[in-house]
Amino acid sequence: MDLGTLLQITIAAIFINNFVLSRFLGLCPYFGVSKQVDSAIGMGLSVIFVMTIAATVTWPIYYFVLKPLGIDFLQTIVFILVIASLVQLVEMVIQKVSPSLYESLGIYLPLITTNCAILGVTVLNISESYNFIESVVNAFASGVGFTLVLILMSGIRVKLEDTPLPEYMKGLPLAFFVGAVMALAFMGFSGFKI
Amino acid sequence: MAKIKELIKDGIWNKNPVLVQAIGLCPTLAVTTSLKNGFYMGVASTFVLVGSNVIISIIKSFIPAKVRIPVYITVIASFVTLVQLFVSAYLPELNKTLGIFIPLIVVNCIILGRAEAFASKNGVFDSLIDGVSMGIGFTLALMIMAGIREFLGANKLFDLLVIPGFEPAAAMILPVGGFLTMGVLIAIMNYINMKKR
Repeated sequence: MDLGTLLQITIAAIFINNFVLSRFLGLCPYFGVSKQVDSAIGMGLSVIFVMTIAATVTWPIYYFVLKPLGIDFLQTIVFILVIASLVQLVEMVIQKVSPSLYESLGIYLPLITTNCAILGVTVLNISESYNFIESVVNAFASGVGFTLVLILMSGIRVKLEDTPLPEYMKGLPLAFFVGAVMALAFMGFSGFKI
Repeated sequence: MAKIKELIKDGIWNKNPVLVQAIGLCPTLAVTTSLKNGFYMGVASTFVLVGSNVIISIIKSFIPAKVRIPVYITVIASFVTLVQLFVSAYLPELNKTLGIFIPLIVVNCIILGRAEAFASKNGVFDSLIDGVSMGIGFTLALMIMAGIREFLGANKLFDLLVIPGFEPAAAMILPVGGFLTMGVLIAIMNYINMKKR
């Protein structure tokens, strides 16, 4: 296991190929759950958690079940079902083990099933032919990147809430312009050579 | 007949999935770097949407309410797999440019949203019309986005040069341009709808 490669994957997933700002994945929560910092943190943590577990589970399924049986074209169906049931399972476990954590994350978990970032990371891990460790690291780092921009976005939106603006610019349009500026800022990272 | 007209109007304008409801944003921003990509993505999503709407409205009475979401997802995923196999067999180049956004049609909220909000409550024919009109609304939104971005960012439409000598702003093709165009479009849509009231 090469630590350099892992570091490279981590930096690339958080900054250079940031899930939201350069790959355009997970935009719905990025705009939907970024009105308050607290909910942004909750959503971000749940995404990191589910993403890592999803990658841990789907990688062996693809390489030990789908590939040997020659049914890898079923990848999409199998992955989305695995993710959907996983989310349900995680929800039940958290509810049982830590009711306080469930209080804070609970409402975000059902939303995560249709978050394209989760399915996206599992599909990317396969198409980039990462090995098991690389897949898990990539999933975790992508989640961290997602959380980072989500929290930044919510901070900015809270500040902008009271700005005097024409009615039709409030809400989504403004959020998109903030997103554009953030994407511009993150483009700076694409110059990184590692 | 009146209902059909209503459904079509809803899909394309009143409840346009992208511009009014702001769902299905990921593919809208990601694949609209050229009109061709936007068009194909719209057609692929429309096919999945129509197929899943029809199937779900047929089988809706057999599905226990508790497991309906997984069932819907399975139906949608089957159609997406069909599209995936078709595209990789006949349009390999498109497969490369759209990349992971073809399998990601599964989690396009528009499709699951219509299954839950419309197909599970209405008949086969209405669901078919709803699927077609929502699909057209989605495709139109994609093409407007893609047209603006391809023209400003590459001075091209459908890969053809538009104005010789016009210096395109390459940023419009990059993610920045996507966010900016979308923001402007939603603001215009809001403005028109507020004026009406």
